[in-house]
Amino acid sequence: MATLNSKIPEGTLAEKWTNFKAHQNLVNPANKRKLEVIVVGTGLAGAAAAASLGELGFKVKNFCIQDSPRRAHSIAAQGGINAAKNYPNDGDSIYRLFYDTIKGGDYRAREANVYRLAEVSNNIIDQCVAQGVPFAREYGGLLDNRSFGGALVSRTFYARGQTGQQLLLGAYSALSKEIAKGSVQMFVRREMLDLVIVDGRARGIITRNTVTGEIERFAAHAVVIATGGYGNVFFLSTNAMNSNGSVVWQCYKRGAYFGNPCMVQIHPTCIPVHGDYQSKLTLMSESLRNDGRIWVPKKKEDAEKIQKGTLKSTEIAEEDRDYYLERRYPAFGNLVPRDVASRAAKERCDAGHGVGSTGLAVYLDFKDAINRLGKHVIEARYGNLFQMYEKIVDENPYETPMMIYPAIHYTMGGIWVDYELQTTIPGLYAAGEANFSDHGANRLGASALMQGLADGYFVIPYTVQHYLADQINVPFIKTDLPEFEQVEKEVREKLERLLKNNGSKTVDTFHKKLGLLMWDHVGMARNKEGLQKAVEEIRALRAEFWKDVKVPGTMHGVNVELEKATRVADFLELGELMALDALNREESCGGHFRDEFQTEEGEAIRNDKDFMFVSAWEYKGPDKEPVQHKEPLNYEYIEVKTRNYKEA
Amino acid sequence: MNLTLKIWRQAGPDEKGKFVNYPISDISPDCSFLEMMDILNEQLIAKGEEPVAFDHDCREGICGMCSMYINGRPHGPDSAITTCQLHMRKFKDRDTITIEPWRAKPFPVIKDLIVDRSSFDEIIQAGGFISVNTLGTLPDANAIPIPKQNADLAMDAASCIGCGACVAACKNASAMLFVSAKISQLALLPQGKAEAKKRVQKMVAKMDELGFGNCTNTYACEAECPKEIKVTNIARMNREFFVAKVCVPKME
Repeated sequence: MATLNSKIPEGTLAEKWTNFKAHQNLVNPANKRKLEVIVVGTGLAGAAAAASLGELGFKVKNFCIQDSPRRAHSIAAQGGINAAKNYPNDGDSIYRLFYDTIKGGDYRAREANVYRLAEVSNNIIDQCVAQGVPFAREYGGLLDNRSFGGALVSRTFYARGQTGQQLLLGAYSALSKEIAKGSVQMFVRREMLDLVIVDGRARGIITRNTVTGEIERFAAHAVVIATGGYGNVFFLSTNAMNSNGSVVWQCYKRGAYFGNPCMVQIHPTCIPVHGDYQSKLTLMSESLRNDGRIWVPKKKEDAEKIQKGTLKSTEIAEEDRDYYLERRYPAFGNLVPRDVASRAAKERCDAGHGVGSTGLAVYLDFKDAINRLGKHVIEARYGNLFQMYEKIVDENPYETPMMIYPAIHYTMGGIWVDYELQTTIPGLYAAGEANFSDHGANRLGASALMQGLADGYFVIPYTVQHYLADQINVPFIKTDLPEFEQVEKEVREKLERLLKNNGSKTVDTFHKKLGLLMWDHVGMARNKEGLQKAVEEIRALRAEFWKDVKVPGTMHGVNVELEKATRVADFLELGELMALDALNREESCGGHFRDEFQTEEGEAIRNDKDFMFVSAWEYKGPDKEPVQHKEPLNYEYIEVKTRNYKEA
Repeated sequence: MNLTLKIWRQAGPDEKGKFVNYPISDISPDCSFLEMMDILNEQLIAKGEEPVAFDHDCREGICGMCSMYINGRPHGPDSAITTCQLHMRKFKDRDTITIEPWRAKPFPVIKDLIVDRSSFDEIIQAGGFISVNTLGTLPDANAIPIPKQNADLAMDAASCIGCGACVAACKNASAMLFVSAKISQLALLPQGKAEAKKRVQKMVAKMDELGFGNCTNTYACEAECPKEIKVTNIARMNREFFVAKVCVPKME
């Protein structure tokens, strides 16, 4: 059985990563050519890892589900990327970025990993600029910064509201360079359907070519998973339509432990839900909270009139507006971390002060900022976001306040990895959102891009090389091994079972039902009763899915419904593990909020005595209870405190 | 809203395609265009018919995956948006809406409304990058100040999402807006200067080789670009190309 060894290097916090690199095993250039690495995913972590491993000289095979590696969902990140450059000279440092990230994560992340993240953050900015990423600049020609939630400094670098796009295109350009050179072989429109383990090591993957329908085998000396998060288990989320949890789920079922599955981030500033035909939720960047003020009507009767459409937001007098974040958290105000802002919005709406036709929305108002700075400044800062809002909602946010509501956005949980980003399966690595590592119970804004690129550019290339050093005598792995044969057979059987099921309901019907269940019971506020109910209902829904799902078409050629069906089948299992983990964690911390554990004022009560650990779940087989392992978290360099955003 | 959808159906790359009409009713004007397509597909599956295959992913106008030619315009009747950002309020009740894939020789149809745009990736692989070692030690990000104006122009060009609407809109199926956007971005930044001459020649050669047409200044690409990329980028590319040809007569 795999053991839970986080492999933290020796030395003080600031020396650990340097020590690792100084003592790691290396592979000489002639031998690198003889070693193959599979990288699944082409987002920030995947593209960066594939490009860097290729540049080092390894033979890399890179896979993505879209038609081009340039389209991975990292591209949709709007606001920015954090780094401890301290260009504005406002007191930032590597330690402070590290501290804010641990605190923002509500003391549920590993110190050594987070410190390394803060440490390499500066390299990321240097490298992106060298790659031609057009970050925003000041008139003097130097890089501009803005502030984000959970920080008292301005450390966020940005490229208008398209930072993720520009960083991803940077990684894509590095990847393109390696593809042209031949060191990386790119496979587009491929969906990984299972992991192949040979003699206890990850040695390959089974994919489906989504154009021809062909089931294919690929082998390598090591496998890196960078397939993002599983937020789409909720059906409605800010994730792209094709984002899914299937690859992490396959790895889990093959023996990789799943870390903190219940840790989900709900983003406070999304465009509210408007109809049952809706397919996704659109995020409005957190950067808007720099200048926008969040409020709801003080009087319930005003809120009711707004819901009925008989009163307009602009008709409510200043003294009748409740700027509830500024009221509750004077030090951080509208820039409290995402989990705090989301819960506060839910609290106001549940108390009957919500706006919009559903009452499930709050205002994000730019009136004061426009009066103070002028419309042109606001337009320069957020023009594309305002335009996006207007296209969707058909209202002009320069004139009426935006309406926003929390939505599922990011999953802090993921495949458990050690300091080297290796999972509990030797030779299997997980990077970016797919792993559980750096954000604890809540991720700070502009830290996902930082982590994706840190893992891909600056961690994986070192640690995978370290692993491969003793593999130089292992010849290229063959795909005709019985292990590949067996896994492919299982994949085919699953697909055929879905196609032959001949039920009466579409895949989306089940996905929507699961989504509602998850949102109601495993969403923003959870409790024992609801979570127990969720576990039962998910089990029942899963049984119904396998009895009654209808998947048209065949295995051959394009079959979008078949792709969706395999993903929803996995979500129906993953959702249960999330509920189980949430049930197990009897405390409120970060994005995980249990109704039973809160103060009278509605603030979270964390339980460090009993729950200061990472829960890592081990799969034990179908219909068997998974086993929970605990990785205790030791804080040597940070004093563990109750998070307080009321005071600085 | 009640509508008639006239949709291009094509079983595979080598199959013959045809238009098929589908009536659809009770569509909310607040529904997005792709949500309307989702509803159609759910209805087709329920009837035992094959759903319409189309590309899409982020559904917020940034991934560049969605690609429908609607009523004779790439991404439909609204301006400065992708198909996924189009809403049904832009149509009238009882409209007939014609939906086709991108049509261009270098974008062969895979199925129904899905086309193969890997030619765009090939153009980028020909030189759309700055050759930096992704693990190396690099100068501090603020070591070279970049005039804000240049940085802004580079960002304007860099906002291209690679959807291919410019090619679909062009009567010559020219990719010059796409190619020039990347060339401009990198030529405007000091970091991209070292390779600029080689880059422009290689990318233009690849673009020609893949069968994209030439630019005849109709500006249809700019009019239809969801990210409002300007044709001035094409002018900049032409200048870069000319300078490169004069200064480096033989490509390495």
